[in-house]
Amino acid sequence: MKQFLSFAKKEFLHIFRDTWTMMIILVLPVIMMLLFGYAVTTEIRDTNIGILDNSGDEISNRLIDKLDESEYFSVVKVFKSNSEIEKAFRKSEISLSIIIENDFSKKLINQANPKIQMIADASDPNHAKTLVNYASGVIAQSLMQESKANSPLSQINTEIKLLYNPLMKSSYNFVPGVMGFIIIIVCSMMTSISIVRERERGSMELLLVSPVKPITIILSKVTPYFFLSIINILTIFLVSYFVMGVPIKGSLLWIFLLCIVYILVSLSLGILVSTIAKTQLVALVISAIILLMPSMLLSGMMFDISSMPLILQAIAQVMPAKWFISAIRKLMIMGVDVRFVLNEFLVLFSMGVVLILISLKKYKNRLE
Amino acid sequence: MEDVIIVKDLTKRFGHFVAVDNISFNVKKGEIFGFLGANGAGKTTAMRILCGLSRPTSGEAMVGGFDIRHETEKIKKNIGYMSQKFSLYQDLKVWENIKLFAGIYGMKKNEIALKTDILLNELGFEKEKDTLVKDLPLGWKQKLAFSVAIFHNPKIVFLDEPTGGVDPITRRQFWEMIYDASQKGITVFVTTHYMDEAEYCDRVSIMVDGRIEAMNSPKELKREFNAENIDEVFRLLAKKSTRKEI
Repeated sequence: MKQFLSFAKKEFLHIFRDTWTMMIILVLPVIMMLLFGYAVTTEIRDTNIGILDNSGDEISNRLIDKLDESEYFSVVKVFKSNSEIEKAFRKSEISLSIIIENDFSKKLINQANPKIQMIADASDPNHAKTLVNYASGVIAQSLMQESKANSPLSQINTEIKLLYNPLMKSSYNFVPGVMGFIIIIVCSMMTSISIVRERERGSMELLLVSPVKPITIILSKVTPYFFLSIINILTIFLVSYFVMGVPIKGSLLWIFLLCIVYILVSLSLGILVSTIAKTQLVALVISAIILLMPSMLLSGMMFDISSMPLILQAIAQVMPAKWFISAIRKLMIMGVDVRFVLNEFLVLFSMGVVLILISLKKYKNRLE
Repeated sequence: MEDVIIVKDLTKRFGHFVAVDNISFNVKKGEIFGFLGANGAGKTTAMRILCGLSRPTSGEAMVGGFDIRHETEKIKKNIGYMSQKFSLYQDLKVWENIKLFAGIYGMKKNEIALKTDILLNELGFEKEKDTLVKDLPLGWKQKLAFSVAIFHNPKIVFLDEPTGGVDPITRRQFWEMIYDASQKGITVFVTTHYMDEAEYCDRVSIMVDGRIEAMNSPKELKREFNAENIDEVFRLLAKKSTRKEI
């Protein structure tokens, strides 16, 4: 125990005295949160749109006001003819144009299904799709209010309901993702590098010649990273709650437990990498390519897993990050009972047990 | 004098490659034993076996009175180790390094504090107590590393090319420290490729292709091979080598 403590203390000193390590641990999570929160946002806010109102009646006017009032759009162009629309697109003045047909309110009241046409700049298809969805949402809402005010109107075709994230805030999506990512960096990448560093510099041999048991060496090496990860998790929670306004709906206890299980899985991955890699560089590359990139791309943080090719879907299944992100999303954002994430818990837990067994066995073999 | 290292018919094979080929020797308490050999002659492998890092394929050895097959834990408590490759943690302070390794060897807090002060005084390092090891000159690091290796008062200290890259004056000072340790009864088992250093040893063995080809005091060796210095003896023996460097 005494050996373990003096060892863990040494490991903390290594971390505290290395500026880059400290930067990665303390600053990276915050930077990533801000980056994903404000720069790489998929949210729509004050997008410039143009309107061609062929009807020009009361209801269509109110509809245009509604669009302009909404936080998503601002009407910057009012067109008089179709030809002006294309010009505005070419000049990149607008990303979306909405055309209201003749006699809009008359058709609406006569149940004649009036048409609204939307033209979107689809050079970024996903963005265009989101714009159209948002606009439809605003229009539907506006017409709903009209139908309350007036006698029954023509049927409303669009009804969009966005569960759990009614404002489609992307922060709800990336907060779990950033957590999954940071923990892989701290636990798997940095831990494996720090173990390999000792071997590369020759200090591992000195430790192995000493009466310290190998298991003590490994445990004391991973302990500081365990605590730092918990600090990281807390930082991310605080930033997401207070700065991004992401609610934490589920039970804190279970969220925390889930994080700990995931941290342990990542740590054992780190130990495993350290038994394979001979140099720090190799450890870095293995962690980056085999752990980090798939955790980012295949975990469902950025792209939807169900729309991936089968082979990638299969790979996604073995990424611990995928299970963690799925579970934390359910627990934190949806606020469901822990019963509904038992599956994820179980998978992560068994991954952890298997990885620890393998890495301990491999670690022992390396010494012989 | 009692023998603290007893090696009998020790062999280590890696597949078909015989790294250590049936070597036998004894080292007495307080002796400075030079373990020479070209790169790849098997001296590191032999040393690793004696330190309990590796198991022999066949043969026996006792280190500090303990069997290298079954009592490696006890051996580890009774030896010190220092290699050229690693001399202490660079990003830890001088006293932190001392404390860490003393702690690893289970020394008590008061004892560590007391001995640290004495040691720093002896080395003239009082002012450097709070200096990071990386800011010390190489020679100082090596001296400190040696002091740390014998800090817990081991029966035997294994030195793996301890003076690599160090200037001749510091090497001389380093060897004075080795003599001091030997005077205190610590057995010194040292590998080196500086042949002038071999002359400082009480006895040297010269390994060629996994076998010990010669073993005696430097004086006797020179007489036996009719050579002016150990370097010449070494060259004569090394010619026999058929093994390519690995």
